[in-house]
Amino acid sequence: MRPFDYFEPATLPEAVSLLERFDGRASILAGGTDLLVEIKERIRLPDHVINIKKVPGLDYLSYDPVDGLKIGSLATLHEVETSPVVIEKYAGLYQAARELGSIQVRNRATVAGNICRASPSADTLPPLIADNATIHTFGPDGERSIPMEKFFTGPGKTVLLDGEILTRINVPSPPPNTGKVYLKLGRRAAMELATVGVAVTLTLDGNECRSVRIVLGAVAPTPMRATDAEDILIGKAISENAIEEASQAAKDQCRPISDVRGSADYRREMVRVLTGRALRMSIEAANEGNSPFDISTDQTVD
Amino acid sequence: MKHMVSTIINGERRELAIKPYRSLLDVLRNEAELTGSKKGCDVGDCGACTVILDGKPINSCLVLGVEVDGSEITTIEGLADHTAPGAPLHPLQESILQHGGAQCGFCTPGILMAAKALLDETPRPTDEEARFAIAGNLCRCTGYTKIVESILSISGSEGAL
Repeated sequence: MRPFDYFEPATLPEAVSLLERFDGRASILAGGTDLLVEIKERIRLPDHVINIKKVPGLDYLSYDPVDGLKIGSLATLHEVETSPVVIEKYAGLYQAARELGSIQVRNRATVAGNICRASPSADTLPPLIADNATIHTFGPDGERSIPMEKFFTGPGKTVLLDGEILTRINVPSPPPNTGKVYLKLGRRAAMELATVGVAVTLTLDGNECRSVRIVLGAVAPTPMRATDAEDILIGKAISENAIEEASQAAKDQCRPISDVRGSADYRREMVRVLTGRALRMSIEAANEGNSPFDISTDQTVD
Repeated sequence: MKHMVSTIINGERRELAIKPYRSLLDVLRNEAELTGSKKGCDVGDCGACTVILDGKPINSCLVLGVEVDGSEITTIEGLADHTAPGAPLHPLQESILQHGGAQCGFCTPGILMAAKALLDETPRPTDEEARFAIAGNLCRCTGYTKIVESILSISGSEGAL
């Protein structure tokens, strides 16, 4: 591995002052499952690595009905995928965490790292954006909170400023009659990057769609909301026609590239198919108040 | 600059002087002279370097050696109890021999550590749970069926843990 100096700051201000001192030549280490690969493959060449694992107060995963879910920046994907409250109330995030990498990776990798790496195909981003998560940071000018939807600016690029560290992700508590789904399409079942990812968070009011957020992964430079599809559904009665119209709108709005995992045309068509499937599953879950993953995926709604 | 790291490897306290840019896998294989953990891809895709760190299976190629100060590590060398009379193999090792779950053997140490971590948490896994647990371990010889059989045949049996 390319040599670097190594630091274990004991406080957040100390970590921030190290980042400032090294002025762009330092990388933050939390889980390390992306950073160490990037150093080995010489994609990233930090002269200094700052391990934040000794900073107290970042390693937690907590929930209360008022503030919702709080994910500290050291919480691992393993902690997320085994958390009863995540399984019950954040089914999309649960499914995304469970399908990311391997158990070995998930025991180290953090949700915060998945976010800061800002890969267009990162699994946890679509469900967190669908759930309207907020990102909290600490930096030279103090704390900031940023809607996660506005956090990403391109592949590997975020609005994080020099010296800023992600400290927490906040995810609101879902209202009753909400269904959540994340569907990942890959070439194989495990150890795979998404060819297409679709997250839906949908709340029903009787047979009417009170709110819906549809977020697509791996089909644009950043995760993107399918707002045209959402507009077709919000405030309307649920119908198979509306679902199909929304799925087509998601297909029309996404802007994928062709790469080794799939062609742009294939990705667009899969956005249509998976958006429809995710909508049907989330409607079913919203109706039943259950986790959607007990339900077979070929069910349709009357 | 080297950092001093104090860790317990296979029940034995080790004090190691480590360069910060050395992976745990390299530290285990070189400084600790435990070459059972294998270097396959070195980027977390193949699982051949799997060891158990503080009770959890991890890819030792994706952890820095300096990060394990104060931790406890079990490698393939610590799977069987070598102090027991006759130094028997661990039941998982016996099982993988009996079922032909190893051919070239390169993935085997990682598979065994992933399987041990599974059985420590879930003594009677289903076929699906066993496959889920070793999804991060690539084997290019056996097609996995014999590996899964090796794990399932001893699950819940006496001494399996």
